[in-house]
Amino acid sequence: MKLVLSWLKEFVDIDGSLEELASTMTMIGLEVENIQLVGLSLPEGEHLEHVYNGLAWDKDKVVVAEVTEVMPHPNADRLVLCKLKDGQGEQVVLTGAPNLYDYKGKGALSKPLKVAYAREGTTLYDGHQPGKVLTTLKHMKIRGVESSSMICSEKELGISDEHEGVIILDEDAPVGMPLVDYMGDAVIEVSILPNMVRDACMLGAAREIAAATHKTLRNPQPKLQGSGPKIEGEVKIQITDPELNPRFVFGMVHSATAQPSPYWVQRRLHLAGMRPINSTVDATNYVMLEVGEPLHAFDYDILKKRAGGKTPTIITRAAKKGERLTTLDNVERELDDFTILVTDTAGPLALAGVMGGLESEITDSTRTILLEGASWNFIHTRRTVTSQKLQSEAGYRFSRNIHPALAKLGVELCLSRIAEWSGGQIAVGLVDAYPKPHADPALEISAEDIKHLIGISLTLEEISDLLTRLEFGCRIEGDHICVQCPPHRMDIGEGIIGKADLMEEITRLYGYDRIPSTRISDALPPQRVNIQDDIERNIKNALIGIGLQETINYRLTSPEEEMRMLPGQAQSAEKEYVELLNPISQDKRVMRSMLMPQMLINLEKNIRHADRLGFFEIGPVFLPKTNEALPEEEHRLCVGLAGLDQKKTWDRKESRKLDFYDLKGIIEALLDALHVENVIFNPGEHIFFHPGKYAAMHWNDLEIGVLGEIHPKILGKYDFFENNVLIADINLQLLKKTLPLSFRSKAVSTFPPVLEDLAIIVSDEMPSRDVETVIRNAGGDLLTNVALFDVFKGEQIGSGKKSLAYNLTFQAFDRTLTDKNIEKTREKIIKALENQIQAVVRKK
Amino acid sequence: MEENKDLIVILQQIQQKALEALQKINSSEDLEHWKAVFLGRSSEVMQVFKEIPAMEVGMRPVLGQKANIVKTELEKHFEAAREHIQQAALTNSITQQKLDVTLPGRLPERGRLHIATQTLQEIYRILAEMGFQVYRSREVESDEYNFELLNIPAHHPARDLWDTFYTKKDGIILRTHTSPGQIHAMHEYAPDPVRIILPGMVYRYEQMDASHEIQFNQIEMLAVGKNITFGDLRGTLEEFVKRMFGSGVETRLRPSYFPFTEPSAEMDMKCIACSGKGCTVCSGTGWLEILGCGMVHPTVLMNGGYDPEKFSGFAAGLGTERISMLRYGVDDIRNFWANDIRFLKQF
Repeated sequence: MKLVLSWLKEFVDIDGSLEELASTMTMIGLEVENIQLVGLSLPEGEHLEHVYNGLAWDKDKVVVAEVTEVMPHPNADRLVLCKLKDGQGEQVVLTGAPNLYDYKGKGALSKPLKVAYAREGTTLYDGHQPGKVLTTLKHMKIRGVESSSMICSEKELGISDEHEGVIILDEDAPVGMPLVDYMGDAVIEVSILPNMVRDACMLGAAREIAAATHKTLRNPQPKLQGSGPKIEGEVKIQITDPELNPRFVFGMVHSATAQPSPYWVQRRLHLAGMRPINSTVDATNYVMLEVGEPLHAFDYDILKKRAGGKTPTIITRAAKKGERLTTLDNVERELDDFTILVTDTAGPLALAGVMGGLESEITDSTRTILLEGASWNFIHTRRTVTSQKLQSEAGYRFSRNIHPALAKLGVELCLSRIAEWSGGQIAVGLVDAYPKPHADPALEISAEDIKHLIGISLTLEEISDLLTRLEFGCRIEGDHICVQCPPHRMDIGEGIIGKADLMEEITRLYGYDRIPSTRISDALPPQRVNIQDDIERNIKNALIGIGLQETINYRLTSPEEEMRMLPGQAQSAEKEYVELLNPISQDKRVMRSMLMPQMLINLEKNIRHADRLGFFEIGPVFLPKTNEALPEEEHRLCVGLAGLDQKKTWDRKESRKLDFYDLKGIIEALLDALHVENVIFNPGEHIFFHPGKYAAMHWNDLEIGVLGEIHPKILGKYDFFENNVLIADINLQLLKKTLPLSFRSKAVSTFPPVLEDLAIIVSDEMPSRDVETVIRNAGGDLLTNVALFDVFKGEQIGSGKKSLAYNLTFQAFDRTLTDKNIEKTREKIIKALENQIQAVVRKK
Repeated sequence: MEENKDLIVILQQIQQKALEALQKINSSEDLEHWKAVFLGRSSEVMQVFKEIPAMEVGMRPVLGQKANIVKTELEKHFEAAREHIQQAALTNSITQQKLDVTLPGRLPERGRLHIATQTLQEIYRILAEMGFQVYRSREVESDEYNFELLNIPAHHPARDLWDTFYTKKDGIILRTHTSPGQIHAMHEYAPDPVRIILPGMVYRYEQMDASHEIQFNQIEMLAVGKNITFGDLRGTLEEFVKRMFGSGVETRLRPSYFPFTEPSAEMDMKCIACSGKGCTVCSGTGWLEILGCGMVHPTVLMNGGYDPEKFSGFAAGLGTERISMLRYGVDDIRNFWANDIRFLKQF
């Protein structure tokens, strides 16, 4: 909302600097976004906490002047020469302003034109360049005529982008007065909070400023004539549903003539961000900006014609689904059943609270104006604004709830403005349908309430003073205050909610910064452990300890991106996703169902930036559930490796590629860090993985995850050069089940161990895990460790066979073992190997 | 008598000769050779010892003493020379083994948490010390929990505060803030008091640019109890900001609006990039908006299962990627989920 300083000053005295004003506004909830200077200079000698822009007008160089005669240029049709008095003397000034052509060659003007005049050396905006480019007026010759000064347009002075003609000031402008003293101004742009639409107007903002600075607010007073024809009988109002339309007010002006508004009105509208149209339309916009009530003017004669010459009846009702109306932006709209319409007996006239219809709109030839001020259900208005994608000043305000009291005030103010600027005669009286008067809440609040919620001790008198400044009616009764809400507030609720609303008003005006900071004195609640969070943190810590980098991806993806990871023919497989209704782009239209595809993309993207990549991600995947609205959010862990075992360095040029066992080692280290036991890795098949380089992780009967080397067919669809890519994917909900409740350490023996090597030959098909199990089972308590140190295949041992060599550690807790002590155990192991898995023990 | 004198002279000559020879020696081999020549079994000194028994009885002690002195003196010099030569050899070898210490070291792979996680964990730590525990809730939410129960009815203008991603299932959306967790937690805790943080990913339907993301982490604090005040809110947030950004940091609270709090506020912090002088980071204002907060709205307390006549509470929320951006000078939020190792490895 653009607030115009001079306009605010009409309602409240402002004595501090602009910077102080802006700070005051920000600290009561009218957050100042920027300040545009329109003539005034930047506050001096202060630390500025706001963003200022705009143009200061030089007091000596930019003044009010009067043009006494407009003469033709000797060499150019589109230029004129103006005889001008600036309070210091008379000169001739060159201009090309089209709005002066009419006066050309008419001799001395009977009524001189007041203009904004800039002398040589003035810095202002270049009117001929787009945007705001500063230029300094210099002496020059244009088509043979000397020129060094200028009659200014709004654009040149930074008032608006208007450069069609020069500014013609109002007649009372004093010649010779510095322009900044006459109409120097500033525009304070504030963001209006959704519950503060009452401040989306000059009066509302001024009310807040008055309350914050202990000033008296000057309310605007309509000036209505006391005589003339009556409105009664000229129009009827029929409100179908008071919930949709609590109030509807009509006023009427006869014989008005739309013309350009006074310059000060045009300037204010421009500064507030609206375009002046004509004196009638300007009056409706002016009042909306002034008190916050959007108004609508109908051409009464058209309504009468539509009613077949009879008294028009205006009916407000919900639209019928599919009903149509062409709005004044010339768009034919199909309406929803929640849209509220202003209609007459012949059909729809306007989208209530949003935009008027084209047909009944006032034009320059309108003579009798029917002026509507109304109150509309904000929820319905907002739905219409949203569904019609129709942003308007009216729609913005009505969809945030405007008090019905403003309907009457708005109409009255506007009638007097129309009469003043467009001429004509105001019809006496109003037609005011108010079937559902708004009950302004009456509330009670005590000092104890404030102490309890806010933490400050205020007396009832202090509370009452704060609320009274915001126009709440206050009456102290015993230990509490009876509070009556003023007739412009729609944001204060009833009962306990209203009390909370009042508390905000009191605190806001008291000053948030005056509230003492305290420590919570309330008892500490029972502490609850978040196991899921603990587990994820432990996993992350373990994985970064192993040297992996955490990644975090968009949870949004596309089915195509996920299916890129499937080999060719599987791509068509239908899969259900959590799918967005309004995706931001096609590649982010579903919630991911897997972590692996994004991991693969992360690796692909980074492979050219590093020799070795080791990533992990922990996060949810989203799996729709049949018969349930909400999807399963399954937390998973994905680990991805690509590239070389070791980074190349200046003295290490060669390194092997990462392979299955590097990934398996990482997973084993993770399980070790979590003290998870008995997870076994089984071969199998998986569509993503190389069939020979894949394992599923099992714990009891659960498959908790998978790992392996990505299938060469899939890898071919990505750009990985010659690198292997390895990925593990683990379901954290299942991993959680494998975690031991507690973990106990084992004692370390102080007696020396006996170390032995054992080499055996087994079938190539024999999983090494089975061999180890046989050894361990046979070894008993004395065998404390079994470590595989060599795997060998070759001619010497025969085809289809492999040799496995183990370091065995024997150790006791109570004595030093000798070779003899372990003889029996060794024999048991060898026998078990021979009998159970037909191993051949290699002699040393 | 003459012979005695001769032997003493000889001993003196031996010593002089030996020491002269020793002076020229600079390797251990030569030194060992010298030892053999001048102190070995057949050396001249040892010869003198052999000759002593043939001398006059009265002279023997003098001669013996003198010979011993010479021998000891030579041994002493030998030790000194050996020490010297060893030192020289060591110094020499060290000199030859000099490395170019400016060559790069061989870096082990260093694992790292994503910067977003690092910031979250730091906030968890600070708030855990202040008694707030982590509470998680789902990311795909119902409209009811994300809006309705938080005092944001359907079609209410307050909904303009959140640009929402809707799913194709009616009433199911991507959570626009972590606040639905307030309701979940209150339902779980009531009537016990609550002191929790709600962290996690939230989603906004936005045009992405350097400062707007469709997905970002938020952390929300929620305290509910019988004596929680606005003063407590301010005190707690100030404490948090000081622990997060340093004890000297200045903050202010100003009025704002959120449907689920009343009174509502926003906390600004003096710009940490320019100390409040005004710069591009703070758009020239000297202040940075860092969190939104307020006292829990009575309607929300009721929806959570608490009697607003007896209970009060505060809530505060902040976007944590923005905190990372401020602290580390990251100028584009789109870096966070791009997973470019060149960005991630800086943290």
